[in-house]
Amino acid sequence: MSNQGKMDCGRRRLIVATAAVGGVGAVAALVPFVSSLLPSERAKAAGAPVEVDISKLESGQMMTVEWRGKPVWIINRSKEMLDTLPKLADQMADPNSEVKSQQPDYAANPTRSVKENLLVVVGICTHLGCSPSSKFKPGAEEGMSADWLGGFLCPCHGSTFDFAGRVFKAKPAPTNLEVPPHVYLADTRILIGEDKKGA
Amino acid sequence: MTMAGGIYEKYKSDGSLAGNVLEWVDARFPATSMWKGHLSEYYAPKNFNFWYFFGSLALLVLVIQIVTGIFLVMHYKPDASLNAAGVPVAFASVEYIMRDVPGGWIIRYMHSTGASAFFIVVYLHMFRGLIYGSYRKPRELTWLFGVGIFLVLMGEAFFGYLLPWGQMSYWGAQVIVNLFGAIPVVGNDLSILIRGDFVVGDATLNRFFSFHVIAFPLVLIGLVAAHILALHETGSNNPDGIDIKEKKDENGIPLDGIPFHPYYTVKDIVGVVVFLMAFSAIMFFAPEGGGLFLETPNFYPADPLKTPPHIAPVWYFTPYYSILRAIVWNFFGLDAKFWGVVAMGASVVIFAFLPWLDRSPVRSIRYRGPITKTMITLFVICFFILGYLGTQSPSPMGELISQICTVFYFGFFLAMPWWSRMDKFKPVPERVTMK
Amino acid sequence: MKKFLIALLFAPVLALAAGGNVHLDKWPGSVSDKAALQNGAKLFVNYCHNCHGASYMRYKNLMDLGLTEEQVKENLMFAGDKIGDLMMVAARSDEQKKWFGATPPDLTIIARARGELGNPGAGADWLYTYLRTFYQDEKRPTGWNNVAFEAVGMPHVLWELQGTQVMNHETHKLELAVPGKMSPAEFDKAVSDLVGFMVWMGEPQQEYRKTIGIFVLAFLALLFVVAYALKKEYWKDIH
Repeated sequence: MSNQGKMDCGRRRLIVATAAVGGVGAVAALVPFVSSLLPSERAKAAGAPVEVDISKLESGQMMTVEWRGKPVWIINRSKEMLDTLPKLADQMADPNSEVKSQQPDYAANPTRSVKENLLVVVGICTHLGCSPSSKFKPGAEEGMSADWLGGFLCPCHGSTFDFAGRVFKAKPAPTNLEVPPHVYLADTRILIGEDKKGA
Repeated sequence: MTMAGGIYEKYKSDGSLAGNVLEWVDARFPATSMWKGHLSEYYAPKNFNFWYFFGSLALLVLVIQIVTGIFLVMHYKPDASLNAAGVPVAFASVEYIMRDVPGGWIIRYMHSTGASAFFIVVYLHMFRGLIYGSYRKPRELTWLFGVGIFLVLMGEAFFGYLLPWGQMSYWGAQVIVNLFGAIPVVGNDLSILIRGDFVVGDATLNRFFSFHVIAFPLVLIGLVAAHILALHETGSNNPDGIDIKEKKDENGIPLDGIPFHPYYTVKDIVGVVVFLMAFSAIMFFAPEGGGLFLETPNFYPADPLKTPPHIAPVWYFTPYYSILRAIVWNFFGLDAKFWGVVAMGASVVIFAFLPWLDRSPVRSIRYRGPITKTMITLFVICFFILGYLGTQSPSPMGELISQICTVFYFGFFLAMPWWSRMDKFKPVPERVTMK
Repeated sequence: MKKFLIALLFAPVLALAAGGNVHLDKWPGSVSDKAALQNGAKLFVNYCHNCHGASYMRYKNLMDLGLTEEQVKENLMFAGDKIGDLMMVAARSDEQKKWFGATPPDLTIIARARGELGNPGAGADWLYTYLRTFYQDEKRPTGWNNVAFEAVGMPHVLWELQGTQVMNHETHKLELAVPGKMSPAEFDKAVSDLVGFMVWMGEPQQEYRKTIGIFVLAFLALLFVVAYALKKEYWKDIH
């Protein structure tokens, strides 16, 4: 019987060795399968940067372009719209754009933009991915409360955002709308999806 | 050791959490009895040799094909219409998998190599059955389920081969579906019913896709389960072809039996590793398999207006294809095309009758004489010659040779009741031998 | 140049498959020669890509040949294409069919398609022979015929480089009647590079595949050692 116990010890070591090597192999074999679930080269090509001409975007107007299958809003904010931003600062969850993931460094400023009037933001609510609707008119005219200064309302769960895409406090959305990487190729041409010209 | 429920004691917990969970499950599900009945207390003869690896390897390849298939379906598109570059969408989607999908080429090569590997393994598994008389009483039903698996596998391979929508896919399907046209009276309508169109087209591609990914795999898995259950009911044969259950110890355990787990599990792991080495060598260094596994004309997209100069089925179908081509005579007012189809079908189905054709008093070739050995050798040679000729363009010499081989092929089976009895037999030992 | 070619090709010509029994010259190149592949890519884009698509390839894939994005964009792409785009032909296939009588085939995997049973690599030899054996033949609508591809629909696109060959009907050998910009040796090298590119394009990851294969086999050898030791250990019991 003592002999038996000794043998078991050797066996156990070999079982562990085989299982360990085999396990490494199994994990390695998973790699192609899991990576095949990632976006393909076609999806990446479709996610290439988009060039936008904004020469016809008038003050107070907004346009939507598609980038990586998502709506990107470009809003040419009027003076009145910009004036609402400082007033709302204390109602905001993240007034100073401190959550780094939500904008590139060059948009971590009070207007969350490169040029003061032009906001470029991904129009996807940071709660569960609906696209908020524009409620630009102040007051109750568009079904908002009387003290509404203008911004966006997400129809799914009622999150509200101001004209800088900042989310109001105590709303389901946890963070401000995302500012995508973008760069001005010329005064009226924006490249969305890339930071540097031709990089 | 039958696997009828209730003969194994239910699991009793040792008081640990895992033990309690297992006890709870085992009271509601035959976990212990399945584990013991099929693995740890399934007594297999201790003298399995090389030929006994191919059953578990076939199961492994089935798993490889199902898993890789699941991932390929995520990217493949069964669509015969042309894309912006003028290429059929289905064909382009295969190249998309090969190039644009991360890791896609590995998965696709696994699947294409796996298709051929499946047939290699299954043919060797069948050969094992043939030489050791594994189909003999009481394992006839196991054999019949096996023949069923083989037939379904052929269908599965045929449907799958259309999907890349290359020239060989297209014209191969065209030819095989037209075979049904040889059936008197209903033939033409039947071909149209199978294709869903007057030529192989988008409708055909979509239904073949459905058969390939849903219908046939389901049937295949069911038959595999039945094959294993039937085997475990009777117990495995062995290279000596003797029944190990006749000599049991005081506990009712066959003297020459060893628990499948751990002895054959650890042995099969070695077999699996060696198999995977061969599989990887092909997959990574010669994925075309010399033009047999991936046929070069199939790198041209399907073109309904142009038949490739030479079309042949994939290698695993070529023996039967040769038999089809060998029949050039009209009988009973029906033309050769019809009889060719009948012969081809018969050449596959005839395997099902083996348990009743073989009248030898012993199972294993080890105790059978020169007649058996000669017949089986000639049969294998004929099978290879037919397989080779099926890949070649028709020629008068090839036709004659394939006719001779066809005659022998059927003669092997049909004359078996006589030649299997006539042989000289050696005495069969009482206990298995470890060679 | 392009217009001239299109004019040459204007006659409706049906491409026929080449007959089998032509002696093929062995392709002397290798897919691991990056410089040759780069040169081949340039030749492909300049001489083939106007009419033939490589529509399963993306321009981006050309960077795997050791080129930077800038080099690919400047030297190898049509204006207006993006780096992630598929290498499609500028002309639409139905229009091409009107011009040529047949759509020039996509060339992405032509090297694989031209392989043979028993020798899948023979596609390279065929292409290498084919591209070097055009000769003048007044009976053909294009004025060109080919040894490897009898009654070919495509004219000799590389004639400027190779010069003009004629068939000596007594010796059945090709003779160079008018020299081209390249010497025969230079031309053979250029064609070899072009063929190399097409072989590479047929399966861009082929070298990577073999590298992975070596690791996989080495790993399985290790697994074999432990698995075999485990089997031995258990089977000590069995006599």
